[in-house]
Amino acid sequence: MQLWQLRSQRLWRNSAFRFGVLVLGVLLLLAALAPVLGTVDPAAMDSAHINTAAGARGQFAQLDGTVVAHTFWMGADNFGRDIFSRVLYGTRTSLLVAAFTAALAIGVGALLGMLAGYFRLVDAVLMRFMDGLMAIPAILLAIALVAALGAQLWTVVVAIAIPEIPRVTRLVRAMVLTLREEPFVEAARALATPTPVILWRHILPNAMAPLIVQGTFVAASAVLTEAILSFLGLGLPADIPTWGNIMAEGRVQFTQYPGNVLFPALFLVPTVLAINLLGDGLRDVLDPKFAKRSP
Amino acid sequence: MNGQLEPVLVVDNLHVALPPGSDRRFAVEGVSLTIHQGRTLCVVGESGSGKSVMATAIMGLLARELKAGPGRIVLGGNSLLDAPAQRLRALRGQAMGMVFQEPMTALNPVMRCGDQIDELLRQHTDWGAKRRGEAVLDILRRVKLPEPERMLRSYPHQLSGGQRQRIVIAMAVILQPALLICDEPTTALDVTTQKEILKLIAHLQEDRSSGRRQACAVLFITHDMGVVAEIADDVLVMHQGKAVEYGTRDEVLLRPQADYTRMLLAAVPSMTPPPARPAPAGPALLRGKEVGKTYRARDWLGRSRLTNALQAASVAVHGGETVGIVGESGSGKSTLARCLIRLIDPTAGEVLWGRTGQNKADDPQGAVLDVARFSEGQLRPLRNQVQVVFQDPNRSLNPRRKVGDSIVEGAINFGATRAQALELAASLMEKVRLPVEGLQRYPSQFSGGQRQRIAIARALACRPRVLVADEAVSALDVSVQAQILKLLREIQAELGLGLLFITHDLRVAAQLCDRVIVMHHGGIVEEGLTGSLYADPQHDYTRRLLAAAPGGIA
Repeated sequence: MQLWQLRSQRLWRNSAFRFGVLVLGVLLLLAALAPVLGTVDPAAMDSAHINTAAGARGQFAQLDGTVVAHTFWMGADNFGRDIFSRVLYGTRTSLLVAAFTAALAIGVGALLGMLAGYFRLVDAVLMRFMDGLMAIPAILLAIALVAALGAQLWTVVVAIAIPEIPRVTRLVRAMVLTLREEPFVEAARALATPTPVILWRHILPNAMAPLIVQGTFVAASAVLTEAILSFLGLGLPADIPTWGNIMAEGRVQFTQYPGNVLFPALFLVPTVLAINLLGDGLRDVLDPKFAKRSP
Repeated sequence: MNGQLEPVLVVDNLHVALPPGSDRRFAVEGVSLTIHQGRTLCVVGESGSGKSVMATAIMGLLARELKAGPGRIVLGGNSLLDAPAQRLRALRGQAMGMVFQEPMTALNPVMRCGDQIDELLRQHTDWGAKRRGEAVLDILRRVKLPEPERMLRSYPHQLSGGQRQRIVIAMAVILQPALLICDEPTTALDVTTQKEILKLIAHLQEDRSSGRRQACAVLFITHDMGVVAEIADDVLVMHQGKAVEYGTRDEVLLRPQADYTRMLLAAVPSMTPPPARPAPAGPALLRGKEVGKTYRARDWLGRSRLTNALQAASVAVHGGETVGIVGESGSGKSTLARCLIRLIDPTAGEVLWGRTGQNKADDPQGAVLDVARFSEGQLRPLRNQVQVVFQDPNRSLNPRRKVGDSIVEGAINFGATRAQALELAASLMEKVRLPVEGLQRYPSQFSGGQRQRIAIARALACRPRVLVADEAVSALDVSVQAQILKLLREIQAELGLGLLFITHDLRVAAQLCDRVIVMHHGGIVEEGLTGSLYADPQHDYTRRLLAAAPGGIA
């Protein structure tokens, strides 16, 4: 539609958004194409290459016994695993966790927020519960949840999403409280439109823009939280490489072999920055109230 | 009369360019005007005519997308268009004062009124604290604010709209500028308040009490011909960025030359009601009996405080009849309407939705139901009886849905299939004089008047018996307003609808309504047939209201 074209044009002219999209695009490509980008099995250990320096070339013995020529772009760790392969496969984990967490937090938060904003009784009960949830430090809550649920991809996603839900719920509730007084919502009530339909068709679409923006911020913090959980050894199982557990394993010999920590960090930082900039750009275009003054 | 004197403001062939891709090249195109001291020039035009852009150009406050030039603006010998920002800042306040439409946004909400005026003096003068304090108190007295000492310490939200506008005016005139620019200063105010503010501006213009040398010149932007008739010495009519007519008040109002001016004048509804129509037969389709609405608020100690928004109001609307509810803001007229539509729950009285009418056969019970205590679920099957059109056409349609989807919503809720509903929507678009292709577009692609037509079509889609119009033409330009009123009259005649018309505009009520109900402070103070009520108002408040309506042109 014309409106949408105009929006996307304006989005693309926003430099923060453009940078975010480009960086994330590159990361997505790296993650998707990890197997063909000169990587080996990230879990394979070759005792001949313990603590190999970055950029060294050599023969890598894979798990099935075959030996391949391999360049250790980022060196190898103290088990003889190729860090480059681990970081690229770790990108997959991070992006998956970010996307799922954002989707879950936004989905649940939007639903609860709409209920709380539209039904006074739900509001009283639900928001007190959310207040309680917000009083617990997010990372502590996530640690407790992973400990309780066991470490798998979905449990980590749930554990990271739950502390984010109250924030999303509050945002949506506040928007619903203003939107429900809008004449077009009252007109829909006068037209006998059932309440669920009003929420779905009239209120949600008009609350979407800030919600998408909030989603990007949730995704950015999910990448960080996942890395922290993994770093603490509470994230995904150690056989799945993530930026957090690569750093955790490299921490012990950081002074001799800083690459184990620095290379994943070199991916982690731009990822979080790119998602945040993407969110900023989206907010400036979709939510003009907070935008810097034109152009 | 002031011909030999130096004019205060000269605008010569002013152009303001719009950014590329707009619907026209210039927001203001070749406008020239001259104001002498002590004179009031009214710039009148409908929305989009460029009148406000011109005012902001004079103030040097144009938005960055807009570029002024070619042309010349000279204020008391200073050329403004090429003046540096710092010089302009000094001139604003000292040489020109400004009053805007919405006093709440012109004032800083977290600063006491006295401090805001004082800040202005600190910026523009080197006076000491004591002298500034005296000047602030003096100006508050001159704008006739009650208890000026208290006003000094008040925050803007603690004052009424009229009092806030007086503070803004005080700030505009305290430095005794040669020019006062007023951009729709009374549009957001009630008629009685408007009358007082207009009187105040005229008074200040002549006021030389604090040793001012000359009377001030006023540039007054308005859309209201009534206001023009009341205060103007000279009138400039703008349309689509161009000046279509410029002359003295009597020339423009009594002997208009341009077609556009004639159309504008003709579109202003008369205060004299047309001859009465025959009284409607049959039972009332919508009736409120002693309806009341009390809001209960609790303070931090848990003590409850009651606010009576509406008290014992009774209304009846018959088929084919138009009942007007007039009153100022806070009079309870919208609360009454919303109780009758059952968008809010009345706390007292009965709301009767008549189910009898022409097609009694459909409805064997033929019952009249008191829906005042009905739940949302109980109301839903009855909702097609009473429909509503709201004031603000920008907000009454869901911006994210196509017009067609909005219109069919009601019909589908009452059991029509999508195909039937779409067919109905197409015929309704025709009825409200919009192209059928419009069903596929979004509300943002329509003008305000067109959106109001869409809102009317949407209300008609579930075949209501009664249409409630809550300030439905108040946000529209007079010419568009006239078209919508005509449309409403035609639709009423065709469908035999009962129409409940809520408005603050006595002229509109005079032309449209068979009966008028006057509300004040949450209660009905007077009601009667429009002709007799306007000719011979009984209640004191009705008389004040009628007297305050800006007039001059019959």
